[in-house]
Amino acid sequence: MAAAPELISYQQVRGDLWRPLSGAGPRYLAVVTLLSAVVLWGGIAWAYQLHAGIGVAGIRRPVFWAFYIVNFVFWIGISHAGTLISAILRLTDANWRKPVTRAAEAITVFALMIGGMFPIIHLGRAWVFYWLIPYPNSRLLWPNFRSPLLWDLTAISTYLIGSTIYLFLPLIPDIAQLSEHATGWRRHFYRALSLGWTGSDREWRSLERAMKLMAGIILAVAVSVHTVVAWDFSMSIAPMWHSSIFGPYFVVGAIFSGIAALLLVMSIIRKTMHLEKYLTPHHFDNLGKLLLLMSLLWLYFTIAENLTAWYGNDPSEMNVFGSRIRGHFSPYFWIMVLFNFVIPFVFLGIRRLRTVRTTTFASITVLIGMWLERYLIIVPTLSMPRLAAAWGHYSPTWVEISITAATFATMALLYLFFAKLFPVVSVWEFEPHSNKEA
Amino acid sequence: MNEESKVEHRWGMAIDLDRCTGCQACVAACHAENNLPLSDPESAAKGRAVHWIRVDRYYEGEFPNLRVKYMPVLCQQCDEAPCEPVCPVYATYKNPEGLNVQVYNRCVGTRYCANNCPYSVRFFNWFDPVWPAPLDLQQNPDVSIRMAGVMEKCTFCIQRIKRAEGDAREDGRTLADGDIQPACVQSCPAEAMIFGDLNDSESKVSRLAGSGRSTRLLEELGTQPKVFYLQRAK
Repeated sequence: MAAAPELISYQQVRGDLWRPLSGAGPRYLAVVTLLSAVVLWGGIAWAYQLHAGIGVAGIRRPVFWAFYIVNFVFWIGISHAGTLISAILRLTDANWRKPVTRAAEAITVFALMIGGMFPIIHLGRAWVFYWLIPYPNSRLLWPNFRSPLLWDLTAISTYLIGSTIYLFLPLIPDIAQLSEHATGWRRHFYRALSLGWTGSDREWRSLERAMKLMAGIILAVAVSVHTVVAWDFSMSIAPMWHSSIFGPYFVVGAIFSGIAALLLVMSIIRKTMHLEKYLTPHHFDNLGKLLLLMSLLWLYFTIAENLTAWYGNDPSEMNVFGSRIRGHFSPYFWIMVLFNFVIPFVFLGIRRLRTVRTTTFASITVLIGMWLERYLIIVPTLSMPRLAAAWGHYSPTWVEISITAATFATMALLYLFFAKLFPVVSVWEFEPHSNKEA
Repeated sequence: MNEESKVEHRWGMAIDLDRCTGCQACVAACHAENNLPLSDPESAAKGRAVHWIRVDRYYEGEFPNLRVKYMPVLCQQCDEAPCEPVCPVYATYKNPEGLNVQVYNRCVGTRYCANNCPYSVRFFNWFDPVWPAPLDLQQNPDVSIRMAGVMEKCTFCIQRIKRAEGDAREDGRTLADGDIQPACVQSCPAEAMIFGDLNDSESKVSRLAGSGRSTRLLEELGTQPKVFYLQRAK
């Protein structure tokens, strides 16, 4: 059993957490090369789609939205890992949060950058995506603020800016420390980023205030962002989409998949960067309990959503409902239930089984299950519009699969670069002096 | 004065399902008139075929005592069109004559409108359109060709409406009922389709729309369509 981080000397903490920053071993380089190849391949697929027309993807009438929008919702969901969890933990002064918040906040920023790309990749004419931005233009036309897509654009850009600030603020003291010790280009890099931080009392007080304020703001923004993402669907009159439960349902799903993503990332960096002393079984246990809670909430919403549709027995909704429960999509549906509820419930609900290993396993199944959930919300509804003559089945092509794979590689790559530039666990928060301040 | 009378038109259509034989002449005529891209069987099976008007088939009874009902479905030109508010760039909007128009140049291809159309009558250009020779030589100069990445749909042959209105203005007369015929209406051998001004209570379409046989498709959604289907009450 590793000692609690509070009992390790600050010098040693700094040594442990700074060590991964310097040098790049052959394994690191091999992984970076592999991931870059996947990203490059995805880039080629997108270029091909732009050149040949979006018809090279599998989307078709009537399934006009599919993989790209699934990925969009999935990644925006993952982004709730971070900020929302870290903000809750910060605001509630949960002291155990210290080693996990930065890892979470970084996930948020990267997941948003990736998620935000998908509406653009998905556009028929991606090169004019900026027509959605309100600016005085030659078309003499403002965008249509009645469209949920505009709400989306507003919400996500706000969230991206907010969460970047929220990631950056607690980084400043660490960057300042690094700039004192680094050499070469890193010295200039850290010095510029530290914004002239000297560590005076006044600066600490401002930082504390700013972090508290941003935690409050980001919480509200995060809830609104995923509600707006849900409204992209529920504002329409498509069967099973037009549902008032979608806002909270999506927020719960987002936090659920966000915690799973955080646990997975924690478990990877713990192993590869030898942070066992900092990311302890205690953290996995606490976050595992949170994951279990979200799993139960998710089940509650899923039952509420499907039971009301089934009881209402509206023919066009029943087509979609039936295809999910016992029709074409039912294998995916029941895998989703297994991955999102049964596995987390068994492994996290039974105390004896709740270990670092099983928590990581459950978080992987939750991530797969939540991806399937978004697929099952989007594709069945579109496959079965109200007039049966237009029904049609969707399957992805290599273009969509390549681009999807590339986004996962992008996430890993961004994280690898981040972990080379900044300590993934906040160093200054272990400093006895700043502990008093916090 | 002419400008005022222009705004007063409210174009609508009546389709007599008891007359429709399902011959698909309307579909062929629409293709020729509106420069619709062609598709081969493979791309049609992939859901890439574009037909601004289609003939849905409904079967009643069991073989051999089978009755087929045909229903031509085109853009219903809804007064409360679900496709309109969701477009982020105003590529689809209601024009002053109540037509639900699509501005190809503005469209960025979010395809939200297509998801929100309960009639599934909106189509997307997955690729730049191609016509095998010699069909590329018979395109209608009055209708623009749509590029890859934009939505399109039935316009009620707006090019014919505009031409008829312009002609009437030049001749100093008002439009008479039946002056305008969209391609589908013109080519229907059973004369099952009637087009006209719903604001003119004397027009044929107004009288048919008000008849006891008149219903509207998915009327319960509150979309207020301007296409009226006529059929005997059971």
